Amino acid sequence: MAWKAIDRNTPVVGADAEPALSEAVREKIRSFFDRYETKRAVLLPALHVVQDALGHVSWQAMVEVAALLELPPSDVIDTASFYTQYWTHPKGRKVITVCRSLTCEVMGGPAVLAEIKKQLGIGEHETTPDGNYSLMTEECLAGCDHGPCMLINEKMHKCVKPADVAKILADPDNDRIDSERSDLFDAPRMTGDAARKAPPPG
Amino acid sequence: MADSFEPVLLRNVGVENSTALKVYESRGGYRAVRQALKQTPGEITEEVKKANLRGRGGAGFPAGVKWGFLPPNRTVTLLCVNGDESEPPTFSNRVLMEKDPHQLIEGVIIAAYATQARIAYIYLRGEFHEQFHILQKAIDEAYVAGYLGKRVFGGDYSLECYIHRGAGAYVCGEETGLIESIEGKRGCPRIKPPFPAVEGVFHRPTVVNNVETISCIPHIIERGAEWFAGVGPQHSTGPKLFCISGPVNKPGCYEAAMDITVRELIEREDMGGGMQPARKVKAVFPGGVSMGVLTADELDMKMDFDDPQHYGLLGLGTAAAVVIDQDTDIRIVLRNVARFFGTESCGQCTQCREGTAWMYKIASRIADGAGRIEDLDILLDTARNMGMMPGLSICGLPDGATYPIETIVKKFRSELEDAIRAQPDGRVESAMSAVN
Ligand SMILES: Cc1cc2nc3c(=O)[nH]c(=O)nc-3n(C[C@H](O)[C@H](O)[C@H](O)COP(=O)(O)O)c2cc1C
Ligand code: SF4
Ligand code: FES
Repeated sequence: MAWKAIDRNTPVVGADAEPALSEAVREKIRSFFDRYETKRAVLLPALHVVQDALGHVSWQAMVEVAALLELPPSDVIDTASFYTQYWTHPKGRKVITVCRSLTCEVMGGPAVLAEIKKQLGIGEHETTPDGNYSLMTEECLAGCDHGPCMLINEKMHKCVKPADVAKILADPDNDRIDSERSDLFDAPRMTGDAARKAPPPG
Repeated sequence: MADSFEPVLLRNVGVENSTALKVYESRGGYRAVRQALKQTPGEITEEVKKANLRGRGGAGFPAGVKWGFLPPNRTVTLLCVNGDESEPPTFSNRVLMEKDPHQLIEGVIIAAYATQARIAYIYLRGEFHEQFHILQKAIDEAYVAGYLGKRVFGGDYSLECYIHRGAGAYVCGEETGLIESIEGKRGCPRIKPPFPAVEGVFHRPTVVNNVETISCIPHIIERGAEWFAGVGPQHSTGPKLFCISGPVNKPGCYEAAMDITVRELIEREDMGGGMQPARKVKAVFPGGVSMGVLTADELDMKMDFDDPQHYGLLGLGTAAAVVIDQDTDIRIVLRNVARFFGTESCGQCTQCREGTAWMYKIASRIADGAGRIEDLDILLDTARNMGMMPGLSICGLPDGATYPIETIVKKFRSELEDAIRAQPDGRVESAMSAVN
């Protein structure tokens, strides 16, 4: 029986660590404050903003988000770790998420997953040495009519066959989506307070 | 007649540029909301009650009645739209949001006005990326047009509408899990009562409704409660979306009255279009996996709110059917379903956390060719001892885990026993892992 000693005296993130969040990221997080009654409720959007900007949510970023939302860091880490789509460690430039739920499994998803693993030479939750791809699986992506399906970053690939995998991976635009992006902030809004105090209808 | 059914919820699907506000308006959109804003909130709630619009999110609770539970002397109400859609194999909310986002927004405005909410949160699962961009674009358009924000349509009523994005957790679809998630916490469901109508987001009275439920509202206002109540069987009224996936010719999302059978959904030319060549039905999960399974002999089940119970199922659920074909080993299905609930339990309740995890371990053992005959009874025993039905859990997730496991084991017992007896060569390949 060998106990592995864990060093609990050195903080995971040192006080002198480089700040992770740029002022632009902080400002974007603050722009959500109006939408909710508590600062804590901004946590999910904040983690999305961080992950969009940094590619993952590092410990240092979580500590800074905690300060911004006036929460103990443990609360941020606790919440972030509950959700599978917040990544606490760096991922590749493109993240492939293969659906593993029922329709996709019976329609041939496992063979697609096996082909991706073979082509990239990595397993689930691994990243290629060149940092281009990470691979993961996720429950039903709500694309079952086109199963087996998978996401590459935001882009959904439908009815994927093992024979298509090489072509998809070789396409530099395999994560490009055509939908126009809203920048979220261009519409005029009341502040949250005004919304709550607006005259009752009817 | 079901054959002459003219789509209502899906009427804009396939129309060019259907997500644009001007296209939606040119097809009669945003008329209902103008009409609704001239009525009182109470009148609208009455209308929705009369239509007997039952919730499309799974439980089938009447929407108007739910709104009626809001305390009369409240100051602030919140509306949450449940777009978490994570039940395999359900994708009807996705279709509504990516093809006709303005229909949803119009429904949101009417529902928010009727419940006197000033803020509406649309909870969108994290994996919906394109749908997020489409819906947010539509919301922006509605703001610019003055349909959202201060003084909606130039009247006295003001409403803010925000999308709140989840990040991968099935249990956030449960209404109190969703509320916790909006508050920035783990999506762990709350003990009820208090129900959300009394104490929801930020302790405020809150209504949670599914995307499809909300999308029905404009049509109830425009065509009237009598029209809605006249579509389909008496207790299952209104147009309904049905999903079909698996080895059929035309998997997709179709609209019909709730008098169609599972067989019609699979075989009708304007729906599933029959099985692919050389494929035969072995089993169907007609309402999302958590409602349980039907055998090929049970396809005459009606897809309404009452008939599924006659077949040992939990309910209509999300009305999303997946067909399992004859050549699929039932052990793969068992393992896949057990894995889903084992990894998605939030872990608060011992019976659910341990029960779903053990069912997954046992199902894996069976699929790995190391199962024992008595494992089948252990599965049944575990299934009977968790969930809200025996009163052992906070939310309905373990009931959703119980029904598929129980119905698979009971209805396909001889196949499972044969496979177990035929070991050790019985290992089923193609496992997908459960790492997250
Ligand atoms: C584990 C679990 C997951 C659920 N997931 C969803 C979901 O993804 N979408 C949904 O609309 N309802 C879901 N529900 C049902 C909701 O709790 C709630 O009944 C529904 O959103 C109410 O809306 P409705 O009355 O309009 O159907 C889920 C329930 C449970 C127990
Ligand atoms: S029943 Fe399961 S999912 Fe629901 S609250 Fe309890 S542990 Fe969580
Ligand atoms: S089962 Fe794969 S997308 Fe639904």
